[in-house]
Amino acid sequence: MTAIDLGVPGLRSGVELVPTADGPQSAKEYSSDQEVRWCPGCGDYAVLKAVQSFLPDLGLRRENIVFVSGIGCSSRFPYYLDTYGMHSIHGRAPSIATGLATAREDLSVWVVTGDGDALSIGGNHLIHALRRNVNMTILLFNNRIYGLTKGQYSPTSEAGKITKSTPMGSVDHPFNPISLALGAEGTFVARTVDSDRKHLTSVLAAAAAHRGTSLVEIYQNCPIFNDGAFDAIKDADTKADAIIPLVHGEPIRFGAEGARGLVRDQATGGVKVVDVADVGESALLVHDAHNPDPTTAFAISRLTDAGVLHQAPIGIFRQVERPTYDDQARAQVASATSAASGDARERLAGLIGGGDTWTVV
Amino acid sequence: MSKQVKQLDRVIIRFAGDSGDGMQLTGDRFTQESAVFGNDLVTLPNFPAEIRAPQGTIPGVSSFQVHFADHDILTAGDAPDVLVAMNPAALKANLGDLPKGATIIVDTHDFSARNLQKAGYEANPLDSLGDAGSILGEFAVHPIDLTGMTVEAVKEFGLSRKDAARAKNMFALGLLSWMYGRPTEPTEAFLSKRFAKVPDIRDANITAFKSGWNFGETTETFAVQYEVKPAPMAPGTYRNITGNLALAYGLVAAGVQSELPVFLGSYPITPASDILHELSKHKAFGVTTFQAEDEIAGIGSALGAAFAGQLAVTTTSGPGVALKSETIGLAVMTELPLVIVNVQRGGPSTGLPTKTEQADLLQAMFGRNGEAPVPVVAPQSPGDCFDAALEAARIAVTYRTPVFLLSDGYLANGSEPWRIPELSELPVIEPGFAAPREQDDAAFRPYDRDPETLARPWAIPGTPGLEHRIGGLEKGDGHGNISYDPANHDLMVRTRQAKIDRIAESLPPLVVDDPSGEAKVLVIGWGSTYGPIGAGVRRVRKAGFNVAQVHLRHLNPFPKDLGEILKGYDKVLVPEMNLGQLSMLLRAKYLVDAQGYNQVRGLPLKAADLAQAIGELVAQAEGVTVDLTPATEKESAR
Repeated sequence: MTAIDLGVPGLRSGVELVPTADGPQSAKEYSSDQEVRWCPGCGDYAVLKAVQSFLPDLGLRRENIVFVSGIGCSSRFPYYLDTYGMHSIHGRAPSIATGLATAREDLSVWVVTGDGDALSIGGNHLIHALRRNVNMTILLFNNRIYGLTKGQYSPTSEAGKITKSTPMGSVDHPFNPISLALGAEGTFVARTVDSDRKHLTSVLAAAAAHRGTSLVEIYQNCPIFNDGAFDAIKDADTKADAIIPLVHGEPIRFGAEGARGLVRDQATGGVKVVDVADVGESALLVHDAHNPDPTTAFAISRLTDAGVLHQAPIGIFRQVERPTYDDQARAQVASATSAASGDARERLAGLIGGGDTWTVV
Repeated sequence: MSKQVKQLDRVIIRFAGDSGDGMQLTGDRFTQESAVFGNDLVTLPNFPAEIRAPQGTIPGVSSFQVHFADHDILTAGDAPDVLVAMNPAALKANLGDLPKGATIIVDTHDFSARNLQKAGYEANPLDSLGDAGSILGEFAVHPIDLTGMTVEAVKEFGLSRKDAARAKNMFALGLLSWMYGRPTEPTEAFLSKRFAKVPDIRDANITAFKSGWNFGETTETFAVQYEVKPAPMAPGTYRNITGNLALAYGLVAAGVQSELPVFLGSYPITPASDILHELSKHKAFGVTTFQAEDEIAGIGSALGAAFAGQLAVTTTSGPGVALKSETIGLAVMTELPLVIVNVQRGGPSTGLPTKTEQADLLQAMFGRNGEAPVPVVAPQSPGDCFDAALEAARIAVTYRTPVFLLSDGYLANGSEPWRIPELSELPVIEPGFAAPREQDDAAFRPYDRDPETLARPWAIPGTPGLEHRIGGLEKGDGHGNISYDPANHDLMVRTRQAKIDRIAESLPPLVVDDPSGEAKVLVIGWGSTYGPIGAGVRRVRKAGFNVAQVHLRHLNPFPKDLGEILKGYDKVLVPEMNLGQLSMLLRAKYLVDAQGYNQVRGLPLKAADLAQAIGELVAQAEGVTVDLTPATEKESAR
């Protein structure tokens, strides 16, 4: 088979074809009448509040927003939002959202998932959604533990973790969700934190505006089964050294008074942390989220601790344009439909009456 | 030279060769010629699961059987009258199916020592023709160097020897077309179009085809030409159609009739893939096809499209259904329309991918956790796949439910003349989306129900005022919020069942074929066994005995009059290509002593075997001796 030029029209905003609201909206309008039932202190509350406050700013008609989730604590999310929603089955939300997003260009489609839902049982759907670049935003709540099933290790739990199912410590090697998404050719890959409302909101805005699959990993604390997993990046005393902030066009530096930074590592081809004083400010790596080549973004993602978290890059790793699956699929249907003449019933008669026929009188 | 012409009322031909010999194409072309000529016909393709099994071996044999007649026929025939064998393996693999006196045309070219050995022949059976005890002694054998003559005929085109030899199937087709007086224009037109871009190959194939015809005309090997007159058929325009094509057309028609865009989420699997291939060509009808990363995503995307308000379909075969089960449960719970096509094949597990079976009925009925009723609809012949697809879509949309459409490998690849329906004959399907609401209207209740159908509203995103959440957790009656209330769960389980049961109200009465009205034995079946059962029943009746036949389109719910019909007969026989799945359902629901006739050979049931089984029951029920010789022959014997 030969490849053909698909002739895709110019790229657009993620919500360009979604009807906009007539007037200003409030967070209250986006809150359903259902009682929120997460554990006290759960990081999910903060994310829900942030999303309920952010959606009015998006300015879309509420009925054109759909949240789809899988199974797990975070997947109860759609019940608490007064939009259209589907709480589906374990791991499959990206496939259901793919059908929705492909069927309807006028919808803003969101997926809410967790580290178990997205990376264990639903790993296949996640990587293929990213590869296809279907226009949707995936919020991956990563608490590095199984909450709903009461505390088994997850595919992002650190090796050696002692849980109910690993009394001698987990011998599983964890996924780095950002590395995985970049490897799957994700076009928008970001990481943020449940407790940083401002950063979370800014990432949500960029993710919604991106046309294609946006993956947002949200570090989210589970106070019951994995409390404190992200303390290093939340504690006022340690966070300056723990968070490596990624801002497009800015040199990547962190630590007290920006004393540390990233440079290319000539030995490995990756990137490494240095003292700025040792190398000089001009040697620092300038973050380029729009680089078509994901190599550097991947290298930066490797600076996330695979074990107990002391250090992690936070921000938008990658934001590049690539034609979306759903736009192209719809364009093919539209082009075939507009090329056809006559009404559908006449054409149906032509279709079923085609081929070698004979008439009996 | 004018040859003798002998009239026949029906003929069964089997083309057999190596997988790469083009036997499916040859059979298909012969079928098209016969269809255009006006014969009634039924076909049975049979090929290995391997794309190219080891050349020259028995597992590599591919065959295509076509049964054509001057009257209405129901099956591809039990035993071929003519076998065309392109190599020793094809001869060996098919010889056992031939009745005494059958004609065998053999391409001698490939009867080399090596090929004979691959097929497991110690000596060349063609060398001992005419000897006492020859394994071919009971047949009329025509050893012909088809390949050699083909290569000679096409040498002017300068093809490599290999390419030249590949046209041998067209030489064979030409010869058979001469023998049975088939029109040649359709095949010449087909070859011109198929090989338009490679003139040498095109011309070589047409030349080989004509040479085969001329060889029949001039050689003295064949002294007789046969004629099978056109069959009388109901007035109308006809075409030959396979089940998969008819099923795909039925789905396109369902989209047009409901004015809904069709969305197919699918993952390739034998023998269902051709439906995906076909639907992908019909974007002009607003059909979207999505080739997913796996079976689960295939149905997941379809369910998403159903929520979005499209006519959602997923196509697969048994192993794929196993993977889709959880999402089918979600579709039951969310009460969204979804057509699930299962083109059944031999199982369990990977089983026999290219062979037919109907052993997924109980999977369709019960293969989910919890009480998760799903309507089941089955086509009875290749052309009937069109109507069955429309019926599945009607039920899905009207009752907001997933629906199983159970085809099988025999229907999928088999073909028959199909009277092309008028558009006015097609059902109208009403999506009836829930209407928008104003702010002051009462709150939307996503699980309120239509009093007649018990269907809930189809409220699609983008509709103001209907924002709501659905999902796999149990929903409260009416309001649709999560509910763990025991009484509510009991009510919802019963309501979902009642909704499916309610479908029976919309079904027409069953057609009981009982011409004398005096039959004591009823034969009941479903799906592709319709043809063999009907043929078996005819044989019993021709021998002068009474038997009734009913065939089920709807397996869940059963039609309302089924129980009464079953009670009206002393004996009930249920032939199935499984170990007794419909008979289990009938026995459980109607407490009737349904007896199974069961084979799981990967092949359609045989009319002769069925006639035998029916005859035995008639003998028991009526206390008579049953001799299946046709009544007319019995009289002439007296």
